[in-house]
Amino acid sequence: MSSSSDALLQALLALNRVQAQELLAQARAEYSPLEVIEILIRPALEELGQLWEGGDCALSQIYMSGRICEELLEELFGEALSDDLPETDGPPRLGIAVLEDYHLLGKQIVRTVLRAAGYRVHDYGRQDVDTLLEQVRADGIEVLLISTLMLPAALRVRTLIERLREVAPGVRVVVGGAPYRFDDQLWREVGADAVGLSAGDILPILERLGVKP
Amino acid sequence: MTHQSQPSTTLSPPAPMTSMQRVLTALGQREPDRVPLFLFPVMQGARELGCSIQDYFARPEQVAEGQWRLRAKFGHDCLYNFHYAAIEIEAWGGTTLFRTDGPPNAGSPIVQDPEDIRRLSVPRIEDSPSLQRVLAATRLMAEQACGEVPIIGVVMSPFSLPVMQLGFEHYLILMHERRDLFERLMQLNERFCVDWANAQVEAGANAICYFDPVSSVTIVSRELFLATGREVARRTIAQLKAPAAMHFASGRILPRVPDLFDTGAAVIGVSSHEDLGALKRAAQGRLSLLGNLNGIEMRHWTPEQAESAVKTAIQAAGRGGGFILADNHGEIPWQVPDAVLMAIAHAVKRWGCYPLADDNTD
Ligand code: B12
Repeated sequence: MSSSSDALLQALLALNRVQAQELLAQARAEYSPLEVIEILIRPALEELGQLWEGGDCALSQIYMSGRICEELLEELFGEALSDDLPETDGPPRLGIAVLEDYHLLGKQIVRTVLRAAGYRVHDYGRQDVDTLLEQVRADGIEVLLISTLMLPAALRVRTLIERLREVAPGVRVVVGGAPYRFDDQLWREVGADAVGLSAGDILPILERLGVKP
Repeated sequence: MTHQSQPSTTLSPPAPMTSMQRVLTALGQREPDRVPLFLFPVMQGARELGCSIQDYFARPEQVAEGQWRLRAKFGHDCLYNFHYAAIEIEAWGGTTLFRTDGPPNAGSPIVQDPEDIRRLSVPRIEDSPSLQRVLAATRLMAEQACGEVPIIGVVMSPFSLPVMQLGFEHYLILMHERRDLFERLMQLNERFCVDWANAQVEAGANAICYFDPVSSVTIVSRELFLATGREVARRTIAQLKAPAAMHFASGRILPRVPDLFDTGAAVIGVSSHEDLGALKRAAQGRLSLLGNLNGIEMRHWTPEQAESAVKTAIQAAGRGGGFILADNHGEIPWQVPDAVLMAIAHAVKRWGCYPLADDNTD
C-alpha cells in the first residue's frame, strides 16, 4: 500500500472528510481519475475490508467512509457515478442483488466499494429467485453478486444457482453476508464461484475472475 | 453454597444442583456441579408441537409448552421467553414478516423520515397484544419452573432497536450526523426498554438478556461506542429489576471487554469469532461469559464435532466458574438437527463436571 493510500485510509477511518478531500485533490493534480482510483482509493477500500474481517475496524467506519468516497469522487470528477451497464462489447456486466432477505446494507456497501473503485454495477435490489433469474438473463449479466443476512436466504442461493446453471451456464456467482462468515463451507455448498468475507474482498475477487472496471 | 458445612465423613455424593443453583453458583464466579448449559432453541418449539412458526408464536401456552418440552428433551439449564426481535417493533406500530423455515423479520421501518422521531411516543406495554403474549408465556413458564429453572427474558437494547425502527443505513447516518434526534430516540427507547424488561421480571423472568450487537466491535468504533451505546447501556441496565446479560449476538467484543465493567451487566454473550480463553482472561472474573458455540456451523456438525466444540469451550473458559455454555447468537437456527443439540447436551455432562478433567491432569 502506497503512503498516500495509507494516508487516505487513516482519513477514512477517522471519518475526516476534509482531509480525504485534500488527499484526493492532491492526487488528482498529478494523476488521471482512473489512476487516482487505482493508486489511492482501491487499496484503501481493500484494506478497510481486511481490517474489518480481523475485528480491527467497525462497520460504521466502512459504511460512512464508503459514503465519503462516493461523494468525493462525484465532486472530483464532476459527474455522477453511473449505474448504467457498459456496452455489450465492453467489460463484463456486473449485477448485484439481495436474495429473499430484507437486509440491504451489505449489498449497499459492496455497491459503494464497486462504484468507488470505478466499476459499473446494475443494482437489482431485493429479489426472489424467479424474477432475478429473468432479469439477469435479459440484461446479459455475466457476474452476479448476491448478498444475504439470514441463513435461510443464504441457503436459497443454492436454488438460484442451480436454476441459473440451466438457463445461463456462463454466469459466475459471488456470494457474501453474515452466514458465509460463520460457515466457511457454505459458499461451496450452495455452488457459488467465490465468496467475499468483507465488502472490500470484492475487488480482488473480480480481479481473479478477470473482471476489470 | 453449603459444601463446606457437609460433614467430611459423608460418602454419598452431594445431590445434583437444580439449574437455578448451578447458574447462580457459576455467576458467583465459583464452580457448581457442572458447567451450566443455556441452549436457546426458540423456533424449535413449533416443531415439537407440530405447528408453523407463525402459529406457534401466536399462543403463549404453546410457547411455554414448547420451552418446557425442549428442556425435558435436552436437559439444559434455562427456559427462554424470546419470541423474535421484531415483536418489539409490533409494539411500536410496525409489522413482522414470517417465513416457514427461519426466524421472522421486521417489516418496513416505522420511522421513514428521521424528523418523525420528534413525534414518536413510547408505546405502553399493556397496550401491545404482542408483548402481552410474551408476558403470558413468561408467567406460564414461571409456574412450571417453581424457582428451580431460571427464566431468561429478552429485550433489544435501546441502542440496537433503531436498526429495525429506521433501517440500518438511516440509523448509521442518524448516529453520525443527527445527534439531537439520536439522543431523543435513545430517551424514548430507554423508557420503553426499561418498562418492557421490568414487565418481564414481574411476570417471572429471573434475568434479562439485553441484546446489543450494535455496541459490538463489529458494528461501531470504540470512540462511538463510548459516546453512545455504553452510556445507553449504563443508564438502562441500572434501572432493571433483575441481573442483565449484555449479548452481542455473535458480534465481536474482546478489545472492549474492560469498557463493559461498569455497564452493570453481570454476563456477556460472546462470539465464536473470538478466542474464548482470551475473553475469559479479559473478563477478569468481573463478568461471566455466555457462549460461544457457532450456531450456523452446527447445521452440519457430526456428534463428534459437537462434542469436540463443547470440550474445547469448556477447557478454555470453564475453570473457576463464571461460564455458561451456549450458542454464540442467543438462538439456534431452525436448520440445526436435534441430534446435534443432543450431542451438545451429552458432551456437557461428559466434559463439564467440576472439577474439570484437565484440572486433574495438570
Ligand atoms: C446487528 C445484528 C442484529 C441487530 C440488527 C439487525 C439488522 N441488520 O436488521 C438486531 C439486534 C436488530 C438483530 C436482530 C436479528 N438478528 Co441479528 N445480527 C446482528 C449482527 C451482529 C450483525 C448484522 C448486520 O446487520 N451486519 C451488517 C452487515 C452489512 O454485515 P454483513 O452482512 O456481514 O455484510 C458485510 C460482509 O459480510 C460483506 N458482504 C455482505 N454481502 C456481501 C455480498 C458480496 C458479494 C460480498 C463480496 C461481500 C458481502 O460486506 C459487508 C460489509 O463488510 C449479526 C452477527 C454478525 N456477527 O454479523 C447477527 C445476525 C445477522 N442476526 C441473526 C438473526 C437470526 C437475527 C434475528 C432474525 C433474530 C430473531 N429471531 O429475531 C433478528 C432479525 C432482525 C430483523 N431485522 O428483523 C443471524 C442471521 C443468521 C441466521 N441465524 O439466520 C446473525 C448472523 C447472527 C448469527 N450468528 O446467527 N440482529
